[in-house]
Amino acid sequence: MIEAEDLVKNYGDNVAVDGLTFRVEPGTVTGFLGPNGAGKSTTMRMIVGLDAPTSGSVRVNGRAYRDHRAPLHEVGALLEARAVQNGRTARNHLLALARTSGISARRVDQLLELVGLSHVASKRVGGFSLGMGQRLGIAAALLGDPATLILDEPVNGLDPDGILWIRHLLRRLAREGRTVFVSSHLMSEMALTADHLIVIGRGRVIADVSVDEFTRQASSDLVYVRSPDAEQLRQLLVGPLVDVVAVAPGRLEVSGLTSDQIGDLAAEHLIAIHELIPHKTSLEEAFMQLTHDSLEYQAPAAVPA
Amino acid sequence: MSAAADATFADVVAPLIPTADVARLRVTQGRVIRSEWLKMRTLRSSWLTMALAIVSIPGIGIAIAWSTAHDWQRMRVREQAHFNPLADPMSGFNLAQLAVGVLGVLLIAGEYSGGMIRATLGAVPARLPVLWAKLTVFTTLTLATMLPVAVLTFFVSQRLLSAQHIQTTWDTPSVARSVIGVGLYLTVVAALSIGLGAIIRNVAGAIGVFVGVILVLPVIASALPQTWGDRINKWLPSNAGQALMSFGSDNTSLSPWRGFIVFCLYAVVAVVGAATLLRRRDA
Repeated sequence: MIEAEDLVKNYGDNVAVDGLTFRVEPGTVTGFLGPNGAGKSTTMRMIVGLDAPTSGSVRVNGRAYRDHRAPLHEVGALLEARAVQNGRTARNHLLALARTSGISARRVDQLLELVGLSHVASKRVGGFSLGMGQRLGIAAALLGDPATLILDEPVNGLDPDGILWIRHLLRRLAREGRTVFVSSHLMSEMALTADHLIVIGRGRVIADVSVDEFTRQASSDLVYVRSPDAEQLRQLLVGPLVDVVAVAPGRLEVSGLTSDQIGDLAAEHLIAIHELIPHKTSLEEAFMQLTHDSLEYQAPAAVPA
Repeated sequence: MSAAADATFADVVAPLIPTADVARLRVTQGRVIRSEWLKMRTLRSSWLTMALAIVSIPGIGIAIAWSTAHDWQRMRVREQAHFNPLADPMSGFNLAQLAVGVLGVLLIAGEYSGGMIRATLGAVPARLPVLWAKLTVFTTLTLATMLPVAVLTFFVSQRLLSAQHIQTTWDTPSVARSVIGVGLYLTVVAALSIGLGAIIRNVAGAIGVFVGVILVLPVIASALPQTWGDRINKWLPSNAGQALMSFGSDNTSLSPWRGFIVFCLYAVVAVVGAATLLRRRDA
């Protein structure tokens, strides 16, 4: 369980996190979504006590992370940046962390096996690929058998096999009753892994919904219509819950009605229809729309040549 | 996922949650010390710098003693008068203090360059136990190696010098204090360098400051007008600390133990500063 209350973090004049309040429940995978620079990593760093909030507070399993007596058993974290010393071997890296909490060498070896790094256990981590580094980070996060897992962009650098493996792992950890909090900037990835979503932009919560709810909201469908009597059809369709935009002469974009309803209405009024194309908004598009206003750095719209 | 992989998963992750005993996985100062000891042992740079520190005192000392004994009959009277049978064979401590200082800086600032510090402080969120553990491990190691090495170098070099009857003895006043002082001085250097490394958090920067404080500052101060210089010089960290060794000391330095205490105070200031900043700053 993670509880953030009015969390704020400023770096000088730059507001990285601007009053976040949310709660991450155990037994589910919660996706933490937002464009780059939205404040995801900063928030995660505050959860594990690496950065101190400017104001507000965040608690993990009931208290500030710093106050836990067995921290590795409470929280396992994989943060975005590498957290290793290149000259040390994978096994010694894990052993060094394990010793702070009296975790056995046997468990270190089991975890190396679990993440598929046994064959490189005695290799220096400086030579590891991004994907191997992520696996090592995941092993480190699981060392203390934590009740809460915090993973910042865990699929970064993993191959398709690895991505599948991580998805499977996260779902399994949540099913065991753990709190699993995973950040990503990819909606599609989260739609496959997460049960719940917390979407942030410019350091604020934009949405805090279940994935199902988000999908339902997202599928506010558009229908493209081409008709020689577009103007007449527009007047016919428009209403309090129906939005019709004349995008070009003879072309309409209708939201709030299904293609069936539009076709039937047109037939009733003897209006000819040449094209009727339903367009389902993808999750990625819905996410883009949602975070559009909060993008910190936006590329200027492409100008047609 | 295959059945075998599932079995591994079940062994490693699943069964621990209900049975895990929180007290069993508590972070204690002793455990953090074990962790830091392992961390120090598992980097090649530690072995190289420590080897340099250990070899430099007997290496330089025995070479000086041997060549002096060998050349003694051919040396000029003035050169003979200049020779100090205690200080000259101990002059390797100058190189040893650089090696100790570099390693101390690496032990903590080195964690910031690769990001290891985030893993370290994630495992020990109270933070201060990490600093105490690094200090304990490194000062203990420094004392446990440098003190015997200094004593050994003394006896071997005096034995070489005795061929020309120019040796001094352990029982001569202030000799034992000077030789043991080499070990004590280097131990405080170890603490000072960890403090500087933790404050500056950048390997190159911290080594620069360390060298500046220990080696460059006395040189600059010696260029001051003598009335000022005499007053300031003896209070500089390395001059104060080296008063304990009192090799070739003159009456412008502090008394041995007072000097050593002043040097310890510098280290305490650095460590207290490091502790305050470590608790306060974002990692």
